[in-house]
Amino acid sequence: MLIKRPQDIATSEITQESVFHSRRKFVKSLGLAAGAPLLASSLRANVPNVDEELTPESIVTSYNNFYEFGMDKGDPARYAHALTTDPWSVLVTGEAAKTGRFAYEDVIKGLQQEERIYRFRCVEAWSMVVPWYGIPMKQLLEQFAPNGNAKYVEFTTLYRPSEMRGQGSVFTGIDWPYVEGLRMDEAYHPLTLMVTGVYGKSLPNQNGAPWRMIVPWKYGFKGAKSVVKIRFMRRQPKNTWNILAPREYGFYANVNPAVSHPRWSQASERRLPSTLFNPNRRPTLPFNGYAEQVASLYAGMDLTRHF
Amino acid sequence: MIKVVAFAVLSLPLVWLCIAIAADISNPGSMLGADAGETILFHLGDWGIRCLLLALSVSTIRRWLKIPKILRVRRMVGVFAFTYLFLHFLTYLWFFAGFDWALIGEDLTERPYITVGFTALVILSLLTATSTNGWQRRLRHRWRQLHKLVYLAASLGVLHFWWLTKDGYGEVLAYGLWLGVLFVDRWLASRAVNTNQLGVKA
Repeated sequence: MLIKRPQDIATSEITQESVFHSRRKFVKSLGLAAGAPLLASSLRANVPNVDEELTPESIVTSYNNFYEFGMDKGDPARYAHALTTDPWSVLVTGEAAKTGRFAYEDVIKGLQQEERIYRFRCVEAWSMVVPWYGIPMKQLLEQFAPNGNAKYVEFTTLYRPSEMRGQGSVFTGIDWPYVEGLRMDEAYHPLTLMVTGVYGKSLPNQNGAPWRMIVPWKYGFKGAKSVVKIRFMRRQPKNTWNILAPREYGFYANVNPAVSHPRWSQASERRLPSTLFNPNRRPTLPFNGYAEQVASLYAGMDLTRHF
Repeated sequence: MIKVVAFAVLSLPLVWLCIAIAADISNPGSMLGADAGETILFHLGDWGIRCLLLALSVSTIRRWLKIPKILRVRRMVGVFAFTYLFLHFLTYLWFFAGFDWALIGEDLTERPYITVGFTALVILSLLTATSTNGWQRRLRHRWRQLHKLVYLAASLGVLHFWWLTKDGYGEVLAYGLWLGVLFVDRWLASRAVNTNQLGVKA
């Protein structure tokens, strides 16, 4: 009955929430399947694809640092199913013309999703090669028309202890919610992505659903997951790990084998899977192998001081 | 009998490791996960420090629970602790340092948690080497003094764990409390002995 005259009635007014969600999921999956061949190739100027063996999907989606769900690498895959990602919205504030709360689907509507195969380097000295897909951050942010005062952009992860059990832990030093930030020119760099999927599927909760930042020349902790706030700022924002241990984690966090870390030498990394007889250790590259594309962003800066 | 039981129980982490390694040889990642080195390193480190604290707890358990026989397994618990921690060190050398001596030198001098962890291991190897009855006889009263270093080793072990913890201090807090209780118990016990001696003299 309703199907006969859909144009007269707003679906949100008449559809039960559960039906609405399942239908959205269905449409989403259709969209992905149909859209897959249309994904723009990342073989564009300035965006190199990594020609190295991919880390298996099972590892990418089961070996995660997402302390919101627990400290163990397996905790996110174990507990992130509790997270509700639909409905999702983002609050945009600060130095921009279009601020306010926006529905996730409205923000990503009409934006090109691109597949990008990137190296992913954790500050803990392990790394992966991951086929992400997502929206170039520049396209996403430009929608909000940041003004001339916007020199930095801050990203905030969801705070919802009822669904993110790690946020309720008494043994953590982290002052939730998780925050990260970039300089505007870093955020606008063609390599920087807001990732919405991995391995041709919607981003699993444990990887930061529905969307997370990926800045491939920086250590993984720079990529805030499950983003709910974007703030354009005049001054450099604080970032969670820097607040927790300023001597260890800087604001820039560019992958740099020459700048040693108090816990881990950054000269080499274990490319996962790292197995018993094949630890797969390899030298770490400056800017995680993206020096050609991004080194100019930091011309004249002392990277041992701005680590 | 108590020794057989203790040996069987203390071997369990090693048995698990052997099974996991066997599984991973035929099917990489099946039990050791995506980062085999880290899994083995943490497994051995965890059980090493637990055995070490357990070895230190033996005399306290004996007094509190009045099981004098338990003293017979103390040396074995200590040797297990050393074995796990030595394997922990080998795992570090293989997976994390890749037997790169320059890197190992850097780690030992520039990363305090590695410095204290290594120091604890050196102490424990000395204590393990002198743990035999023969050495106990040869060193006589100095043996007791030497083996008091186990308190230093355990404290450095907890410190190692504390300093390497990025976040999530629950486990290290538990070990710290455990060690704290043992120290307080020793102190109370030694005070009781001193008072007794004074009483006898008076």
